[in-house]
Amino acid sequence: MTITLTHYLILSAILFSIGTAGVFLRRNLITVLLSIEIMLNAVNLTFVAAGRHFGQVDGQVIVFFVMTVAAAEAAVGLALVISLFRHKESLSPDVFTSLKW
Amino acid sequence: MLALIPLLPFTGFLVNATLGRRLTKGVSGAVACLAMILAFGVSVVASMQLVGHDPAARVIDQSLYTWIAAGSFHADLAFRLDPLSMLMILVVTGIGSLIHIYSTAYMHDESDSEFARYFSYLNLFASFMLMLVLGSNLLVMFIGWEGVGLCSYLLIGFWFKKQSANDAGKKAFVVNRVGDFAFILGLALTFWTFGTVDFREIAIKVAPLATETAVFGTLSIITLLFFIGATGKSAQIPLYVWLPDAMEGPTPVSALIHAATMVTAGVYMIGRNAELFSHAPQTLEIVAIIGAATALMAGTIGLVQNDIKRVLAYSTVSQLGYMFLAMGVGAFAGGIFHLYTHAFFKALMFLGSGAVIHALHGEQDIRKMGGLKKEIPLTYWTFLIGAIAIAGVPPLAGFFSKDEILYRTFATDHKILWAIGMLTALLTAVYMFRLVFLTFHGERAVAGHDAHGHGAHGHGGGHGHDDHGHGGGHLHDAPPAMAAALLILAVGSVVAGAVGIPHVLGGTNRIEAFLEPSFHPALAGAASHGPATAGEPAAHTGLPAEAVGEHGAEVGGDESTEMKLMGASVLIALLGIGIAAYFFLINRALADGIASTFSAVYRTLLNKYWIDELYDATIVQPLKWLSDHVLWKVVDVWIIDGIVNGVGVFTRGSAALLRMLQTGSVRTYAASLVLGVVLILGYYLMQ
Repeated sequence: MTITLTHYLILSAILFSIGTAGVFLRRNLITVLLSIEIMLNAVNLTFVAAGRHFGQVDGQVIVFFVMTVAAAEAAVGLALVISLFRHKESLSPDVFTSLKW
Repeated sequence: MLALIPLLPFTGFLVNATLGRRLTKGVSGAVACLAMILAFGVSVVASMQLVGHDPAARVIDQSLYTWIAAGSFHADLAFRLDPLSMLMILVVTGIGSLIHIYSTAYMHDESDSEFARYFSYLNLFASFMLMLVLGSNLLVMFIGWEGVGLCSYLLIGFWFKKQSANDAGKKAFVVNRVGDFAFILGLALTFWTFGTVDFREIAIKVAPLATETAVFGTLSIITLLFFIGATGKSAQIPLYVWLPDAMEGPTPVSALIHAATMVTAGVYMIGRNAELFSHAPQTLEIVAIIGAATALMAGTIGLVQNDIKRVLAYSTVSQLGYMFLAMGVGAFAGGIFHLYTHAFFKALMFLGSGAVIHALHGEQDIRKMGGLKKEIPLTYWTFLIGAIAIAGVPPLAGFFSKDEILYRTFATDHKILWAIGMLTALLTAVYMFRLVFLTFHGERAVAGHDAHGHGAHGHGGGHGHDDHGHGGGHLHDAPPAMAAALLILAVGSVVAGAVGIPHVLGGTNRIEAFLEPSFHPALAGAASHGPATAGEPAAHTGLPAEAVGEHGAEVGGDESTEMKLMGASVLIALLGIGIAAYFFLINRALADGIASTFSAVYRTLLNKYWIDELYDATIVQPLKWLSDHVLWKVVDVWIIDGIVNGVGVFTRGSAALLRMLQTGSVRTYAASLVLGVVLILGYYLMQ
């Protein structure tokens, strides 16, 4: 059995769904950030697979950009998590609702 | 040049209105008087020019610019001088000048800025009045018509700190508005019917039309609407109620606006549209009846009033009734003639009453007067001349004009109206001489210094120069500026009738022949016709007979009848004076006795037939109720406020629902984002 583009796409869809579910279901901000990383990597997989399928290098180039952004996002995200924790002594995203009506 | 005539007073108005605060009384008074005198000068020059024309072509037109040109509608800001407007501008500027001069003395106790305000209003009034009479079309006349109404309001309420003056001003304005509304409707209907608003063009278009004898057609409706407008401005039943209250204004204002000029605008307007009115005999009949009824009603009220100015005010209403009676029987020239003579003697009497009030420091109640004859002789004699003139004693001015009206009424088979007119003439003589006798004869009822207190109430009598002698009851006669005006008007009241001496007395009734082309401008073009033959007796019978043709009366024909009627009216006048002398000079107790015997009648008259109360109950109170219970508490509170508040309530309600979305929970936002993405992607994938 050869592994085709479809397999890659299905895998990345599964990964993306796991990431999304993690963002919504986990009650820990750090896990939420990790889930976001999973989503990003699912997208990266799509790019790489598509690049290989079409025989182009663009997919891999974009992945580098995504990884750079992801690194920055992780740094900012973790900094936010730390400062939020200092405010509320909690990591649950449901606690931070002071921006409501 | 015609434009200068209204423009000069307008300049005076601008000067006093803008710089008035900084001008001394002398300067602002001089500016105002000078503007009027110059306007009078220009009027005289223009009149000379007009009289120099051939009688049939006595028209001077001046169009300043095209004011409105929209489709078939065309109106110029244009002035026209013809015999009728010539007479009017001479009266307005001439008597206006005298009253301006008189005012400089009468209003001298006002502060500088008030003084300037007074003269700016007075000049503005003169300007609008001249525009009214000079306007060559209905729209220009209407500007003047509304303008004089505004000035009337401003001047009635001149002493705005006095509540009664404010109320009187508002009453005048509101009552006039009723009439003005009818005037506007008439104006619109005129344009609708004839496609023009120019007086001459209207007359030319009306002339060939059939007289509406049997039907009450368009012409009758137009003229009726105009007449309703005239009842407002000229204080006729049912809209006369504002004029007596207008006496709250300064006395020279009453003389100028509410006696000599503005209130005659309605009469002038009918004269100006004489051709139109001649074609609507049914309206004319209404005009005559209303005129006679007003004359009689106001005459009876004037009989018992105790305020010197109110007696004169009711007298004015009554005399205006005469003028409308004349218009109604087709004697247009007679009505205008009476307007002209009335301007002299009524202005004179008002100014005389002003001099009395001035001398008595604001006292207006004739019961507190008496014996002033020796104290203020000049005022007495001039006032007496005015009274004789209005009573209709020959050869003073009032006799000729009043007699002309009564004769024409008789000659056109209006026997009942003629009887009413005669009765009114009797009443006129009685109430005028009652006024004279109570004010100037007999004994002083109240000492001078008691009346002095009234000066402080802002009647315009509070003196600056009375720091000597008032303790002894010594009174000042009119100061020079007032005396001059009184004397000139007294002379005018004597001689003004000379232009209209009827044929039977050897005169030529020149004024009638002179004015006739103005009433029938459509015919004026045909030089061979009628008015050109002014010198011949035929002119007397030609056109007026046509004007009242449907009555079939040969006007001016029967000279012996005219003589008899003339004798009758002289007798009536003398009888009236005699009655007044008997009751108020010889046997005053009897007058009081009659008043208490017929106290119901007396009180009815004293309370002016309770017309004010009637209007209050039938119009004012229902309107108030409607405003209060419907317009305010339903329409305003529920509908207007409801809409405004409803917008607010809706916004707040919907916002309260919408802000539920703003949970502040990051995951809810993310969920909605994902949901959105899924839906949009799903939609595209499904395609």
